Amino acid sequence: MMLAVAEVTPAWYLILGSILFAIGSVGLLVRRNPLVMFMCVELMLNAVTLTFVTFSRMLDDIDGQTVVVFVLVVAAAEVVVGLGIIVALLRKQPAATADDINVLKG
Amino acid sequence: METLDLVWLIPALPLAGFATLLVLGRRLGEPAAGWLATAACGASFIATVVVFGALVDEDHHHRSHVYDLFDWLVVGGFDVKVGFLADPLSVTMALFITGIGTLIHLYSIGYMHGDPKFSKFFVYLNLFVFSMLMLVLGSNMLITFLGWEGVGACSYLLVSFWFSKDANASAGKKAFVTNRIGDWGFMTAMFLAFATFGSLDYRVVLEQAPEIAPVTATAIALLLFVGAVGKSAQIPLFVWLPDAMAGPTPVSALIHAATMVTSGVYLMTRVNPILAQGYDWGPDVIAWIGVLTALFAATIAVAQTDIKKVLAYSTVSQLGYMFLAVGTGAYVAAIFHMVTHAFFKALMFLGSGSVIHGMHDEQDMRRMGGLRKLMPITAGTFIVGWLAISGVPPFSGFWSKDEILLYAFDANPALWFVGLVTALLTAFYMSRQVFMVFFGDQHWRDAKGDHEVVQPHEPPWLMTLPLVVLAGLAFVGGGLNLPFTGDLHFLGHWLEPVLEGNEAHVDVATGTKVGLAVTATLAGLGGIALAAAVYLQKRRAPIEPQILAEGWRVDSSISAFVGGPGRQGFEGVATFDRTVVDGAVNGVAGAVRGGGKGMRVLQSGFVRSYALGVAVGVVGLLAYFLTRVS
Repeated sequence: MMLAVAEVTPAWYLILGSILFAIGSVGLLVRRNPLVMFMCVELMLNAVTLTFVTFSRMLDDIDGQTVVVFVLVVAAAEVVVGLGIIVALLRKQPAATADDINVLKG
Repeated sequence: METLDLVWLIPALPLAGFATLLVLGRRLGEPAAGWLATAACGASFIATVVVFGALVDEDHHHRSHVYDLFDWLVVGGFDVKVGFLADPLSVTMALFITGIGTLIHLYSIGYMHGDPKFSKFFVYLNLFVFSMLMLVLGSNMLITFLGWEGVGACSYLLVSFWFSKDANASAGKKAFVTNRIGDWGFMTAMFLAFATFGSLDYRVVLEQAPEIAPVTATAIALLLFVGAVGKSAQIPLFVWLPDAMAGPTPVSALIHAATMVTSGVYLMTRVNPILAQGYDWGPDVIAWIGVLTALFAATIAVAQTDIKKVLAYSTVSQLGYMFLAVGTGAYVAAIFHMVTHAFFKALMFLGSGSVIHGMHDEQDMRRMGGLRKLMPITAGTFIVGWLAISGVPPFSGFWSKDEILLYAFDANPALWFVGLVTALLTAFYMSRQVFMVFFGDQHWRDAKGDHEVVQPHEPPWLMTLPLVVLAGLAFVGGGLNLPFTGDLHFLGHWLEPVLEGNEAHVDVATGTKVGLAVTATLAGLGGIALAAAVYLQKRRAPIEPQILAEGWRVDSSISAFVGGPGRQGFEGVATFDRTVVDGAVNGVAGAVRGGGKGMRVLQSGFVRSYALGVAVGVVGLLAYFLTRVS
């Protein structure tokens, strides 16, 4: 019997995207380390871009891929700012968790 | 460029004077600041003469020229230009405003000599002349209103010029507040005019006036009259003018006798087509208020002892005559009397200023007397003014007052009779003043106690020159509009294009006219004779009831009302304002603040709780859309 090598359908990619997104959001909610939380955000972002590309392929529409390029650029900029803040924070307080950053509270 | 386009220069020159003095006034000091102001006003007079000449050259019925300087307000259909209207009426006004204004500027250089705020006085004076010219030359109601408020502000500044004295400061306030009531009328009239005509431009408004409903026309006219009542000190808003005498005397002459207070008469004459379109009772109201003011103020003037208060009440009374003329459709007579009154009343105010100056700030007539020997020029010119206001022919006042009384007689003999009684009283109180100040015993000698013994003296030529010029004008001013033949009706002919057919026509026989003139003259002479008997020959003790000296207790009644029952009413309104109006405003603010306080709890500062919020929100939204789709 031929090994039932399942054909990779677009649904797989969508499922993978969903799983990645779920991991990212749960990680964001449960972890306290700012760096890890930040990585979780990135994970969610990439899950979404993966979904975009998939749909672009499914619908045979270039728009989805165009959006991904935009997302990458924005993500790069966001990483610069976000990482900058986190590094500055950890330098000052190496043991800081996300819950300690509540000084901006109104 | 047409010569008539130069009309914008007329107000621009005093404005330039004002601006220069505002910056450099203190550095220029005395007397340069005064001369600069006088030059600005004089240049404006020359510009007016040039415009006047150009206007005369125009065809009789095309003597109306509008020069728009720039757009001021353009909001949808509401378009107001800063524009000037040169027509016979506005130029007549501008001529005597700048002419008399220049003389009074000149006089002020002498009068304000040594005052620490010398240059500031001329700053205000030039600003006043500018505002007054905007008022009369404006080509739409809003520019007129701008000037109207400007003269009000200058009046306030100048009445309370010596504000370190409490009474002066409150006199200025009184003038301002009383005028505010009138301004309400003017503003409401403008709103109504805009709603009716869709424009405030005089050309549009006056051209379309014959087509509007009589109700609207009467409403606009009477609301404008409310404004005029405030500015021109008629019943019931006349109370501010006598108090306004707290200002320096040249101010009283310029603002509170010759120019500003007559702007109400100007306004009513300007809108004569609206007045004509309204119901007939509209003008009747104006005529009756005018003639009653004339009589009322004349009775008060009889018992005043302050030299300027007599003249102030006299001004109120003479303004009443002008409104009597407006109300009976005698617009030419109103403007005629306005001009002659400007001559003789400015003359007498300046004369009284000269007396006050010579007596070292003494204003009580009981401390004067016999001044004619020491101040011959002042006395001589004052006597000319006295004969003019008393209606003695051939002085100017006789002609103008006679014309008003003629029209009044034609409209309603009752109006004429009240006017005649006023004429008698006018002659009486003016004679009383002249006899008390310039004739009889020299009471300033027996001034005792803290009063220093003064030596009255004639003022410098700067002050006597305007007196002499004005005396000449007060003498010959009647020549502007002589009643003998149509050809001598210069002013009537000149103003005809402005008045169209709205000027009333009297239809009485020449015999009646002569009879009326003789009666009026006899009334005037009778008043003089009566005053001579009482105050010169002392054949009778003067009758000066206390109630008249207190101005029929109008002021104290107002104070009593406002201090007593009125006060409670106002307190009630204030309470309503505090609780209901402020309560609503504060309630909304409180609700928002409370809501914000509640929401603030959500912003905990914990990033993960925000993330949870976002996640829950996403799930919620997703659930909502999924249920919608299926």
